Amino acid sequence: MRAFGALQVLRGVDLDVGPGELLAVAGPNGAGKTTLLRLLAGLMRPSSGEVRIRGQRLTRDDPAPRRAIGLLSHHTFLYDDLTAAENLQFTARLYGLPDAAAATRDALEEVGLSARANTPVRHLSRGLLQRAAIARALLHQPDILLLDEPFTGLDAPSADRFRSLLASQLARGRALVLVSHHLAEAWELATHVAVLTGGRWALEGRRPADLTAFHARYAELVHG
Amino acid sequence: MAEFLRLALAIAGKDIRLELRSRTALLSAIVFSALVLVVFNFARDPTALAAVDLAPSVLWVTFAFGAVIALNRAFYVERENAALDGILLAPVPRSALYVGKLLANLAFVGVVEAVALPLFVLFFNVSLGHALPGILGVTALATIGFVAVGTIFSAMVVRTRFAELMLPVLLLPFMVPPLVGAVQVTAKLLAGRPLSEMVGWLRLLTLYDIGFVTLCILVFPAVVDE
Repeated sequence: MRAFGALQVLRGVDLDVGPGELLAVAGPNGAGKTTLLRLLAGLMRPSSGEVRIRGQRLTRDDPAPRRAIGLLSHHTFLYDDLTAAENLQFTARLYGLPDAAAATRDALEEVGLSARANTPVRHLSRGLLQRAAIARALLHQPDILLLDEPFTGLDAPSADRFRSLLASQLARGRALVLVSHHLAEAWELATHVAVLTGGRWALEGRRPADLTAFHARYAELVHG
Repeated sequence: MAEFLRLALAIAGKDIRLELRSRTALLSAIVFSALVLVVFNFARDPTALAAVDLAPSVLWVTFAFGAVIALNRAFYVERENAALDGILLAPVPRSALYVGKLLANLAFVGVVEAVALPLFVLFFNVSLGHALPGILGVTALATIGFVAVGTIFSAMVVRTRFAELMLPVLLLPFMVPPLVGAVQVTAKLLAGRPLSEMVGWLRLLTLYDIGFVTLCILVFPAVVDE
């Protein structure tokens, strides 16, 4: 549970995501989706309950479990005055990667941003910024990837490329939690789906086969 | 410990690189310090008060104001694109983040002081002579103390509105002990007084540094975590 004063933003939310699974979470604005991701990332502490990464409790005092988490947020976490490569190299140093330059090169290559590696981030377009943010989130090869509206700003070819990237992450046994208003974008990749309304699970389970039927159910749950 | 220092240096290095790229805070602090010295130079009446009597206070008021401007940028750079969250996500001890920021701030304030000191000599026509090593020493001692406190306040106010106003309001009262000590030691150094007359103030500055650096390292994790 997470509360801000008297306001309970998340209540009784329990989830378990295993290796190779993608939980897609949908919900209206203010449902608590971003709060859920921030709790899972350790950027926010639960008012009650706990987050465990491979059985290890996520706490402020122990930085080690955070190594397993990658977060792609609304914010890019990038410094505008540094180039894409400099931003990633700084991130690599924070994660103690043995070869920061090689890790940066590989991550930029993976998102198709090698040609703009030395461009200051402030000069990148929205779509390229999102690709740089994706590279940053994947740089340290996290076991758990938390994605908040990850397709924002991506054009169709970039979105396809990102879907392939997510598929490869799942194939490598990574656990993914994806929050989006448009689950269609990641429907085929999702193994589980959930609907969050008013800070509670309105629905949670394995992904049904039919997206159209899910949309009808979603509308019923959210709009009544 | 080596890992802790490596992380702190990575954070300090990133801050220095960012500042070298934009130069906004550093240049502002240097220009502001020069202006303070100019204002004091023209505002004083040389027939009423000898320059050497006024000089220590002017020097430290200049350093203090310049430092506040330089410190304002410490966590401001982490606001863009929620970059601070990016650091907090990483397996970095919060105290390493504090030490990294402290090192970067000491470098910035050190540069401001290095520019302001020759200007001070020029405007106030003070001969530092044999006092120079002592003044450099007391400058380092006092600067560590108020930059340590300023760094943590910079983190505290960054998420507030009017952070640029909040920082001096919170910090200036805490700057009083190191500033008083530094003014006293500087005055005695310029007057050529023996070291024995300064020992008490130097002890105060040392204790302030040890006490506040330790306290800030301990308290910082609670400050940056929501």
